[in-house]
Amino acid sequence: MHMADALLSPAVGGAMLAAAAGSIAYCSAKVRKEVDDRKVPLMGVLGAFLFAAQMINFTIPATGSSGHLGGGLLLTILLGPYAAFLTIASVLVVQALFFADGGLLALGCNIINLGIFPAFIAYPFIYRPIAGLNPSTARTVAASLAAGVAGLQLGAFAVVLETTLSGISALPFTAFVSMMQPIHLGIGIVEGIVTALIVGFVHKARPDIFTNNDHSSASIMKSIIPGFLALALITGGFVSWFASQQPDGLEWSINKVTGKEELAGSKDGIHGALSGIQEKLAFLPDYNFKKPEVKNRGEQEPQANDGKKGGNRLGTSLSGIVGALITLGLAVLVGLILRKRQEKAAMKPHAHEHAHPHGHGHEHPHRHGDQIHSHEHFHEHSHPHPHVHDHSAPHPEDPNPRHSHEVRVAEHSHDHPDHEHESHEHKH
Amino acid sequence: MSSIDGAILDFKRLDLLAFGDTALHRLDARAKVIVTALFVMLVVSHDRYQLAALFPFVIFPVALIAAGNLPFTYIARKILLLCPFVIVVGIFNPLIDRAILLHLGPFAISGGWLSFFSILTRSILTVGSAFTLLALTGFPAVCRALEQLGMPRPFAIQLLFLYRYIFVLTEEGGRAARARQLRSCGKKGMGIRSFGTLIGNLLLRTWQRAERVHIAMLSRGFDGRFHSGRETKFGRNELVFICGWSIFLLLLRFVDLSQLIGSIFLGRLP
Repeated sequence: MHMADALLSPAVGGAMLAAAAGSIAYCSAKVRKEVDDRKVPLMGVLGAFLFAAQMINFTIPATGSSGHLGGGLLLTILLGPYAAFLTIASVLVVQALFFADGGLLALGCNIINLGIFPAFIAYPFIYRPIAGLNPSTARTVAASLAAGVAGLQLGAFAVVLETTLSGISALPFTAFVSMMQPIHLGIGIVEGIVTALIVGFVHKARPDIFTNNDHSSASIMKSIIPGFLALALITGGFVSWFASQQPDGLEWSINKVTGKEELAGSKDGIHGALSGIQEKLAFLPDYNFKKPEVKNRGEQEPQANDGKKGGNRLGTSLSGIVGALITLGLAVLVGLILRKRQEKAAMKPHAHEHAHPHGHGHEHPHRHGDQIHSHEHFHEHSHPHPHVHDHSAPHPEDPNPRHSHEVRVAEHSHDHPDHEHESHEHKH
Repeated sequence: MSSIDGAILDFKRLDLLAFGDTALHRLDARAKVIVTALFVMLVVSHDRYQLAALFPFVIFPVALIAAGNLPFTYIARKILLLCPFVIVVGIFNPLIDRAILLHLGPFAISGGWLSFFSILTRSILTVGSAFTLLALTGFPAVCRALEQLGMPRPFAIQLLFLYRYIFVLTEEGGRAARARQLRSCGKKGMGIRSFGTLIGNLLLRTWQRAERVHIAMLSRGFDGRFHSGRETKFGRNELVFICGWSIFLLLLRFVDLSQLIGSIFLGRLP
């Protein structure tokens, strides 16, 4: 249920990004104030754990399909809301960059949807009251189930709101809601059960882990939620006033549902009901929708007045399509020229390792062993393609004169025990 | 569990691309982050029915991929594994929005199809720019850039710690998952109960690892700072990069290049 850039308008995406940034700043300050510096590595390693755990599937009983852990609730139970929120957000940043899960603008939405709800609503208001301080198994299961379901329902609802407000998708609000909520009810139940199983397991082995995460719900209510709301509203207003070029998506989708006869047709009653609810839910009534004609005044005007309604808001006509294909061709041409230049530059002696652009990077992790790889990599000392270097002189531009030595060391140290690698980060 | 191993390798390959040594790689990360952010904002700021005007924006990822010596087919393949959510939501547009907005000779194209393809194009552009940013910059450098641009220090440290241990823990998780799969015949044993124990064990080992890391940190005097080999400064190149691309992209946003070139080509100058 990752939100995606392609479905977002700048106003919604920007407002959510600002809200997420504000929450991160607030939680960072909170975590910094907690003097417990054990949490620094713990949060990092648990984030990596969450990342790994999300890759492992299990079969869901009675359905035959497979699912994976979401983990927001689990992290909050382990770390407390503030640290957990930062950890979840960091995992989402990595996913946005490496898997393009959603994209960069949607990151704000995803951090709010998947971070705020489990950490600041489901955990303090549902999990803690049900589970209490020293929960029995039954209580843990009940609390995780309720909190898991609540967190995912809220998250799914937020996705629907963000999508509808952006107005890029034509899905009407109610149809989308009635699609998303039941799906996420199932996902929430599974998430709750899995979380309860893991928490139960860890509770038996290391009860000490669960001791000091006491954050009363009252302090959260007082501190973060009003600030978060205010920030979202202010930036939402500001961004839409300032940057919005296409703000009329919601209006359009309402018009589509209410105004078009060929659509209403036989399903008149349903659509009438839908639009009624939709208008009630459109809680920004005087959101300043610009008329679409305004924006293309100027050089587009002569093209657009070929009589077709909406022709100017489209900017799409035969000439537009021909032009699009030509620009696409131009882009490819520019790419080819740049690549040629790049290859020519690569033939020069000081950069000869780039003469074979494809493939080497891929072989690298196999060759040196993966633990080593991640270690080298973190310091950015070692050379990217060591096996192409047949001279031992350091790279003229390499900031680290020892890099060729590093490579040799790396090749001989396949089986360092784990903790030795961990300690490397403090050496340099 | 070939899928997990495959995912880890894929992840590493993308990560290794950042070790390239082109002019774009050497550019300060802040410049690349700023231009990419502007690019995404401008792409998503288009009207929902806008399709042709989005095409010229392809030049940004294509030029960066070419000049940055990135493997084009690899990145294209990654982009085409589009976020399934986008397609699932987008495919409803043609079903719901059936008003005809465009006639091309005998073909009548509905607004829904236009906006569906617009969503796909947006997705390709935004996802593509995110991949190129990462492949040209590398995750630690992006983090540092964000920190220099105002991201709070604890969150930057969190990101760097996470990045450091992702490789370690995904491999550990992959090994555990493979072991479970080898021991379970087909579907049996892949259920929720064994998963809970598996993840619980992984969690306990992770926790112990964090405790060891903490001791190692203390004994070496960790000062809340990660050091990196490649230091970059914000200089003239960065300024030229930012200004050049910003002006060009803004121009593309406000002048529909497709329309313009198309009308010149078809001899119907405005």
